[in-house]
Amino acid sequence: MKCPECDANLSIPDDASVGEIISCSDCGADYEISKRDGSTVELKEAETVGEDWGE
Amino acid sequence: MTEICIVFDRLRSEEKILEKQAVELGYESKMVDAKSTHFNTDSAKNDNNFGDVVLERCISYYRGLHFTSCLEFLDIPVINKFDVSNICGNKLLTSLLLRKNNIPTPKTYFSFSADATRENLDKIGYPVVIKPVVGSWGRNIIPLKDKDTSEAVIEQREITDGPLDRIFYIQELVDRPPRDIRVITVGDNAIAAMYRKSSGGFKTNIALGAEPEICDITNEMEDLCAKTSKAVGGGILGIDLMEDKKKGLVVNEINNTVEFKGLIKVAKTNIPKEMIDFAVNSIKK
Repeated sequence: MKCPECDANLSIPDDASVGEIISCSDCGADYEISKRDGSTVELKEAETVGEDWGE
Repeated sequence: MTEICIVFDRLRSEEKILEKQAVELGYESKMVDAKSTHFNTDSAKNDNNFGDVVLERCISYYRGLHFTSCLEFLDIPVINKFDVSNICGNKLLTSLLLRKNNIPTPKTYFSFSADATRENLDKIGYPVVIKPVVGSWGRNIIPLKDKDTSEAVIEQREITDGPLDRIFYIQELVDRPPRDIRVITVGDNAIAAMYRKSSGGFKTNIALGAEPEICDITNEMEDLCAKTSKAVGGGILGIDLMEDKKKGLVVNEINNTVEFKGLIKVAKTNIPKEMIDFAVNSIKK
């Protein structure tokens, strides 16, 4: 799968689940896995760190 | 068979560990992304399947808090409860609750405008620490060592002027070793603890690179954490203690969706098992 931002190859682990964040090693863009059906993966832009994020 | 639902908005290793543990213990488990859910005022309990009990693990405090209120509206058991989350996510509410319950905590000052804060700081003096009332991982926690620094921070708050920028939370700078203690409590019991050693600055957040080191739970820590947990309403908590050189142990903060991936590596207790067992037992009562 290609990075929508810079077109580099994205490395998505086989055991990655919906909701996990994938980072592009080339441009640093973060994507969230929004759907996964076997080897088919859909990504969406990850939310940026919010003021209320944390523990 | 009991079904445990783990609600997230960004999947961290903790949520995956909890799901794995639930399965290993023989329970059904499901993961739900809070961002994909819908509710309305006519929603019924069975409209969605949130299992028998929900572990609310959202990384966004406000999202998790409002999500929890919807679950409680539907009478779905959720850990932690809304009232617990509400207090733990807000440092001002936490400080007031701790003091009201005679739990040792750093002296903290509150004001609600930039001018009142300047007046307050003229009386208090320096050094002190300014913290956002909502937020985590040490973000925007700034030591104020003199009037020039405080003026810069207050001016910045006036410029950004978000709703929470108008709430000023100023705390005494605790004289302590360069570390704090994170204790995980489950159902008022301290189950694991670690020292978080500063990596140079005065902050001791793991998220900022502090070194974790196992900490034996003393009777004093056990009692203090039990009292703190009971005061806030129980559940699964991360209680941060500081070793004040004058006052002894003080409770600094209480975390509502505690992260434990660092502590799990060194703790003798099976932290996720304790959490899952607590969730299951909570619906048997």
